Amino acid sequence: MKIGKDLVAAAATPMVLGILAEGESYGYAILQRVSELSDGELKWSDGMLYPLLHRLERLGHVEAHWGVSPTGRPRKQYRLSAGGEAAFAEQRRQWTVVSQALQQVWTDRGDRSAFALGGAGA
Amino acid sequence: MTDDPGLEEQIAAWRAFVARRDAIASGDVDELEDHLRDEVAGLTASGLSGDEAFLVAVKRLGGLDELSREFAREHSERLWKQLVMSESAEPTTRSRALPLAVGLAVGAAVAVKVPALFGIDVSTDGDFYGRNLVVIVLPFLAAYFLVRRRATLATIAVVAVPFVVAAVVLNAYPFVPDAATLVLATLHATVALWIVTGIAYVNGDVRSSRARMDFIRFTGEWFVYFVLIALGGAVLTGLTMAVFGAIGLDAGTLVEEWLVPCGVAGAVVIAGWLVEAKQSVVENIAPVLTKLFTPLFTLLLLAFIVAGLLQGSLIESSDAAPEVFGQRDLLIVFDIVLLVVVGLLLYALSAREPLAPASWFDRLQLVMVAAALAVDLIVLVAMIDRIAEYGASPNKLASLGLNVILLANLTGAAWLQFRFVTGHAPYERLERWQTGYVPVYLAWTAIVAIVFPPVFGFA
Repeated sequence: MKIGKDLVAAAATPMVLGILAEGESYGYAILQRVSELSDGELKWSDGMLYPLLHRLERLGHVEAHWGVSPTGRPRKQYRLSAGGEAAFAEQRRQWTVVSQALQQVWTDRGDRSAFALGGAGA
Repeated sequence: MTDDPGLEEQIAAWRAFVARRDAIASGDVDELEDHLRDEVAGLTASGLSGDEAFLVAVKRLGGLDELSREFAREHSERLWKQLVMSESAEPTTRSRALPLAVGLAVGAAVAVKVPALFGIDVSTDGDFYGRNLVVIVLPFLAAYFLVRRRATLATIAVVAVPFVVAAVVLNAYPFVPDAATLVLATLHATVALWIVTGIAYVNGDVRSSRARMDFIRFTGEWFVYFVLIALGGAVLTGLTMAVFGAIGLDAGTLVEEWLVPCGVAGAVVIAGWLVEAKQSVVENIAPVLTKLFTPLFTLLLLAFIVAGLLQGSLIESSDAAPEVFGQRDLLIVFDIVLLVVVGLLLYALSAREPLAPASWFDRLQLVMVAAALAVDLIVLVAMIDRIAEYGASPNKLASLGLNVILLANLTGAAWLQFRFVTGHAPYERLERWQTGYVPVYLAWTAIVAIVFPPVFGFA
C-alpha cells in the first residue's frame, strides 16, 4: 500500500508534534518512530523532515538546541514548546473528529454492504 | 563514529556537494550529515556494506533539487523563492531576464520623453513631470515582474487599475495652482503605486506573509541599488557638464532634458533587475547597513529626547524656552525621522535569520523603537495642539494620519519585540505584525491621494 502524497503531507505535522509530545528527540529518531508507528507505511523522503522541523521552530511550536550524539557528533535536538503543546492539542482534536467521522461512515457502510453492494457501484 | 576511511571520504564529498546549495545553510548540512551517519550505521548493522549503506542512505534522504527547494521555501530569507523555484527548474528564464530588463528600462526612458513630443519639456513643465513621473515610470517595473512571473490576467488587472486611477486623479482633478493637496496626492500616490508594484512582485500572492516579507526585502535592496546607480549617474552628469564646458559647449540642456529624466526612469527598472540577479552581493550589505545605522539612529532619538528635556518645555511654547515643536518644518522632519526608523526596522527584519535567538542587536532595536515611540507621542501631542490652535490643513491632517499610523505600528512592534527579547514570543510574530501592516499603508496613502483633494477644494 502506498499512502497518497497529500495525505502524507497533511499527516506529517501532527505526527511530528505527537512524537515530540512523547519527549525530546532528533531527526533520525523521529523518522524511526514514524516508521515504527505506521509499520513503515507512512513515509516521505528523509530530508524533507528537516524543513518541516524548521517551520515548526519558526512558528514557535518546537524549540531546538544543539546537543551531542553518543558518538560525539553535534546533533540538533527538538522539543515541544508551550505553544507547541497547544498546537498539538488542537491538531489532535481536529484529527479525532476526522478519524471518528471516517470510522463511522465505514462501519455504517459495512453494516449495509451485504445488500447495498449491488447498488453502490452506480 | 565510523572508522571506514572510504565512507568518511564519501561523506565529505557529499557534504561539499550539498553545501553548494545556497538554500541549505551549513548548520542544516550538519544536521543532515548527522542523519546520514545514523542511517548508514543502521543499515550497516542490518548487514549492508559501507558503500551500499551510504548509497541507500543518500537515496532515502531524497533528491537534492527537491530538498533544496523545500529548504528555500521555508527559509526564503536565504534565497528568495522565485529564484530557486522558477529558475532552477528552467535555467533559460534567467538569461532572458537581462534583455527584458534592458528593454523595459529603455521603454521607461523613452516614455519619459514622449510628453516632449507634445511640447511638454522638463524645464518648462516641471510641474507636469513632478506629478506624472511615477505614473510613467513605475508601470515598467511592474511590467518586468508581471512578465517574469508569468502573471495571470487577473493579477495584471489588479496591478493596472490602480495605475489608471492614479493617472486620472493626478491629471483630471482641478487642482488650483501650487495646491498643497497636489503635492500630497503625488507623494502618497507614489507610495501607494509602489505597494501596488509589490502585488506584481509577489505575483498576486498578497495573502502570504512570507511573500510580503520578500517584497519588503526587495524594497530595501532596490533602494540601495537605486542610490548606488544615482551616485554613478551624478558623477556621469558632472563629468558631462565639465567635458563639454571645457570645449565651450553648454551641456545643461542635454543633462536636464535627457540625461537626468531618462537616467532616473531607466535606473528604476535596472535596480529592480539587479536586486534579483545580483542578490548575494547586497545580501551582505543589508545586515551591515542596519547594524551600522540602528545604533546611530537610536543615539539620535535618545539625544533628542534628552536635549528636549534639558531645553525645558518640548511642546508648550513658553516665553523663555524656544518652541521646539511649534514650527511646522520640525514636525515634518520628525515624521521623516520616524519613517526612517520604521524603514530601518523593516530592513533589519528582512535581513534577519528568523530562527536566530535574541541578541544584543534585538535589544538595541527595542531601545530604538521605545525611543521612537516617545518621540512619536511628543510629536503627536504637538500636532494636535497646532491643529486645535490654527485649524486643520491638508498638510497637518496628512502628517497627523501618518503619525497615528506609525504610532500604532511602533506600539505593536515595541510590544512584540519586548516579548521576543524576553523569550515569550517567536520572531515570526514580529514578522507577521509588520507584513500585516502593509495594507494599512496602502489604504492610508490611497485615501490621501484620492479623498483629500476634493475634501479640501483642490487647494
